[in-house]
This record gives sequence, C-alpha cells and structure tokens, in this order.
Amino acid sequence: MSTPILKATEIDKHFYKPVDFHVLKDINFEIEKGEFVSIMGKSGCGKSTLLYILSTMDTDYTGSLFLGGRNVTGLHQRELAKIRNAQIGFVFQFHYLLAEFTVLDNVMLPARKLGAKTDAQIRKDAMDKLELLGIASEAHKRANMISGGQKQRVAIARALINEPLIIMGDEPTGNLDSKNSENVFNIFTDLSKEKGLSLLVVTHDEDFAEKTDRIIRMEDGRIISHGRDEA
Amino acid sequence: MSRHRVIFDVTITHLTSRLKQSSIAALGVTFGIGTFITLMSFMTGLNELLDGLILNRTPHVRIYNEITPSDEQPVALSEAFEDAVNLIHSVKPKGSQERVHNALPMMARLADDPRVLGIAPQVKAPVFYLAGNIELNGIVSGIQPFDEKRLFNFGDYVTEGTPDDLAKNRNGILLGAGVATKMSLELGDRIQLSTARGVLVPLKVVGIFQSGLAEVDNIQSYVNISMAQQMLGEGTAYITDIQVKLHDIENAVPMAEEIRRNFKASAVDIKAANAQFETGTSIRNLITYAVSITLLIVAGFGIYNILNMLIYEKMNDIAILKATGFSGDDVRNIFIGQAMVIGIVGGLLGLLIGLVMSIMINQTPFETEALPTIKTFPVNFDWRFYLFGIVFALVSTFLAGYLPARKARKIDPVEIIRGQ
Ligand SMILES: Nc1ncnc2c1ncn2[C@@H]1O[C@H](COP(=O)(O)OP(=O)(O)O)[C@@H](O)[C@H]1O
Ligand SMILES: [Mg+2]
Repeated sequence: MSTPILKATEIDKHFYKPVDFHVLKDINFEIEKGEFVSIMGKSGCGKSTLLYILSTMDTDYTGSLFLGGRNVTGLHQRELAKIRNAQIGFVFQFHYLLAEFTVLDNVMLPARKLGAKTDAQIRKDAMDKLELLGIASEAHKRANMISGGQKQRVAIARALINEPLIIMGDEPTGNLDSKNSENVFNIFTDLSKEKGLSLLVVTHDEDFAEKTDRIIRMEDGRIISHGRDEA
Repeated sequence: MSRHRVIFDVTITHLTSRLKQSSIAALGVTFGIGTFITLMSFMTGLNELLDGLILNRTPHVRIYNEITPSDEQPVALSEAFEDAVNLIHSVKPKGSQERVHNALPMMARLADDPRVLGIAPQVKAPVFYLAGNIELNGIVSGIQPFDEKRLFNFGDYVTEGTPDDLAKNRNGILLGAGVATKMSLELGDRIQLSTARGVLVPLKVVGIFQSGLAEVDNIQSYVNISMAQQMLGEGTAYITDIQVKLHDIENAVPMAEEIRRNFKASAVDIKAANAQFETGTSIRNLITYAVSITLLIVAGFGIYNILNMLIYEKMNDIAILKATGFSGDDVRNIFIGQAMVIGIVGGLLGLLIGLVMSIMINQTPFETEALPTIKTFPVNFDWRFYLFGIVFALVSTFLAGYLPARKARKIDPVEIIRGQ
C-alpha cells in the first residue's frame, strides 16, 4: 500500500483553561490519496479542534502527525507555515477572505507567498480556478462585495491554488443554503474524482456525508467509527 | 521576489484602506520632524548670531597691562635698609603704565605660535571729541583696520563707510554711532580730538560704526594705530592691548596662563571674560533639543496607538494570512512595514515642511538697532538637522511599529477562527 497522504497516531489534547479538559483522546486514522472523507459528530465533540491540529495551526498536542509521509510534529512554526502554504488547503465555515482585496488577489495570495511561479502565471492559474468554480466573472470585485455562496467558492479556489496534497474543510457548507451547499459539495466530488484530490471535511449534513467515500464518526473526543468495514 | 512583493502589497493595502488614520499618523511624524528642523535651524541660527555678536568680536586672549603698584618698592633694593623693617604708606602706581612692556617682541613670538590665527594690536587713549562748541568724553582706539576686519569681523559693525576707508586715510576716524548722533556729524565732516595732555588733532569722519551696545557706541571711536601713537606722542612700540585670535578657542585658557607666566603681562581669556555667555548658548540648545525630541516622541506614540488599533481591526486578516501559510515573521513584517511607510512618508514631508518654514523665517524682516547688518531672522541651514530628523523619524516609527507588530506575530489564528 502507498504511504497515506495524512496519518495521525495517538493524538491527545487537553485544554487546561478554565479546567483540565481532555478534548481529544487517542486519535488514530489515515487518509489515502484521492480519498474524500467526512467527519461527523455532535457539536462540541472535538471535530474543529482535531482539524486545527491536522492543519498544523495548533501544535499543542501529543502524538504524531504525518503529511505525505513526513512527520510534521514538533517542526518549527516557520516550517509549518510553509507546509500550510504548499500542501494544505483550508476552507472554513465562515468565508475568510481579505475584505479589502479583490477576489482574484485573494486567490493569488498563497501562490505569491509560495513564490514558485511568476505573477503572470499565478494570475492565469487563479483565473483558471475561478473559472472552474464558475465565478470568473467576479474576479475583479472586492471580496466583501460578493454573496456568501460566491465567497465560499473563492475560498475553495484559494485552497486549490498551490495544488495542495489535501483540502480540509470545517463545515464549509454550514453557512450556506441547500442550493449552494449542493453546489459546493459537487465541486468537492469533482475535485476528488477528476483531479484525484484528497479531501477531509467536517459536516453536520448527513446527506452530504453519505455521498463521501467514508465517514469518520466522533464522540466525546474519540473516533468511534472509521467508516471502513475492517475498522 | 513575488514573496516580498506580496507582503509589501498587503502592507500598502492595509494602509490605504485606513487612509485617514494612516495619514494622521504620518502627519504626526511630519509635524514632529518639521518642527524639529524649524526649531533647530532657527534657534541655532539665533545662537550663532548671538555668538557672533559677542564671541566673534572678542579676542580669544587679550593682553594688556593692569595698572597696579609695584610689588617691590625702591627701598627694598637699598643695602642700607636690608635688615630693617620698611613701612611705606599710600603706595600709588607709577604713571604711564598703560603700555604693554616689550609689546613688539611679544607680538613676534605670538605670531610664530602655531596655535595663533592672528594678532591685532591696539592703542587706547581717553580723549575729548570737539566739534563746534560741543565737548564729549570718549575713548579712541588706534587699530590696524585690515587685521580687525579679518580677525574680529569689524566690517560687520561699520554701517557707513568701510574699515578700508580708514586704512586708506591716515587722518580718518570711524565714529561710534552714538557719538556721531550727539555731535550731528556725518561722513566727510571734520572733528577735533583732544588728548589728556591737551594735544589737538583734526580728523575727518570716514565711517560710522554701530556695535549694538549703546554704552560703547556713545564713547568709542577708531583711528589708525599710527595716528593714535602720534596723538599720544609715542613711538611704534607703544601698544596698550594685544588681541590674539586662536585657531581653536579651547586653547584660550592655557594660552592666557602661559602669557601671564612668560611675559609678566596681564592676559584675560575669552572664557573668563564671557563665562555666562556660553551657559546661555548651551541652555538654549538644550531647550531646543528637549522640545523637538518631545514632539517626536509624541508622534511615535501616535503611530504606536494607530498601529495597535489597526492590528485589532485586522485580526481576521492576520488569521487568514497565517492559515494560508504566511509565517509569524511575515505578519510582523507587514505591520513593521506599515510603520516604516508612515515614518518615511511623514518624515520626508517633515523635511520639506522644515525647509519651507526655515526659508520663510529666513525671509521675515528682522531689524534691530543692536544688529545693524542683520535684515532678516537668522536661520542655520545645516544638512545635519535634516539627516538627524529623517533618521529619528525612521528609528522612532520602527520602534513604535515593532511592539504592536510583535504582538501580531504571536496572534494564534486558531483563537481567531474559533472565535467566529
Ligand atoms: N480554547 C478552548 N479552551 C477550552 N475549551 C475549549 C476551547 N476550544 C474549544 N473548547 C471546548 O472543546 C470542545 C471541542 O470543541 P470543538 O472542537 O470546537 O468542537 P466541534 O467542532 O466538534 O463542535 C468543546 O467542548 C469546546 O467547548
Ligand atoms: Mg466546530
């Protein structure tokens, strides 16, 4: 079997304020290349907390995290920022865009930080992504001037710009109406099927989850089901 | 390159999206630097003027002969009274002691001293000015006009005629402005001088001088040194004052000390003569620096405040940037960059304002009796003020930006994202 895109082993996390709270307990799982995995669980069971660890933004945990076969636990912040930039695309529940920049600038930003291509190439790539998500016509508007559904698609375009190993989403459709949710879901399945992209998405939407490759279920900081027969 | 450009782009976008606050912060710097330059240029200009008023025309060392009774009385030399106790009452100084003894050899020695820039001898004599039936008490100084001009800016105080006119005309006299007014004398008029011994000398007014000190201008006048010697019936060796100008004013004290020891003459140095003056200059400088630096520090606090506010407003942006792979250092640089742009723009504008203000002050009419050759306010255009101003602007804005920027660097994106 090939190395998994993402692998978590024995991840534990406590919150010490206001009182000691064991929020994640012995988390072990893997995601293979091209897999579309959803995470479900009651509110407060630790899904977001897990996702922040997996996206390398939160480093306050025990256990190990492997991305593309590389152990990233304990790496320096600077190194982790590079990993987030090049290998992880993140889509939040709320549309986190830089309000004063244009849609196109927002999408270009991570690629310009990476600095692997010329600005002209990056611009072209960004337009391609916006095209892919059907919002190329909004490219030159300011990010705070477009609708919620459009913003979420811009966020997805931005997550895609550096061709990451994996896209993570924390309830990316949680704030959208059913039509827009459907739309975003279809985009994710296309990316998974056609581009072989790996996806890990937290959702409350059972219909949405049913259509993914597998569902990881959590309860009180533990994984209770990996959604695989053997697990 | 793109990597640095993108950080700069974010910096500029943040600034322009808060154009009003950014401008106010920059104007704070502009005001601070502009005022600093204006104040420094004006104050040091005034200082230099006042220094010039007194220090430039004061010899660094003045050699003269203090009139004192001899320490040794003739009786002490007599062998007959060697073992006696001699009591002499009412000892008086000997007459005609105003002259500096051995003035010519002394001047030759001083002229060869490498510390000496130049020397100008004078012959002073009390006189009466006579014109028509007015008789006025005064002092005439015999001078070498060229040396006085070269060493002590004498020309600056001659308001009518020139020192050269005196040099060219052996029978000429430069009258103090007060004397000229009192006696209603003008250029080309004749005047008679009477010495203490009653010698009458007719002279022609070739110039008027105004020192700015009324008590001087009301009694003083200048003639050629040879004329003064002739009036007194003395030869060329008769000198009452030797004025010495040094290359470095700091040598004045040791030099005066040496002269007193080596030549047995009285010598006073400029520091002893004008001690209170230097204190005034340094206090004025101190006040100028204190006011300017206070202004700049206030401007620095303005930047600190505005940046703190900006960072609070931009929490979301900071979280997004960090989540998409910008490092803490990148975020810190974005905010330091904002402070520096404010500092550079505000500072350069401040230099310009300072220059314009200085030029305006420099063109403002300023005429005073005391300073006959000054027509406008004095301004010292010194490039070092501008250099100091811009360096201070950059350093202070860097510091004011660094503290908030360091805070931005440490912001945990998870906290912001979770907080929504
Ligand atoms: N910073 C924190 N300090 C203390 N407790 C926290 C903190 N953040 C989250 N929690 C708690 O941890 C638990 C898991 O939170 P979260 O991961 O956001 O849950 P989910 O995303 O599954 O709804 C919740 O009970 C929440 O109250
Ligand atoms: Mg959550």
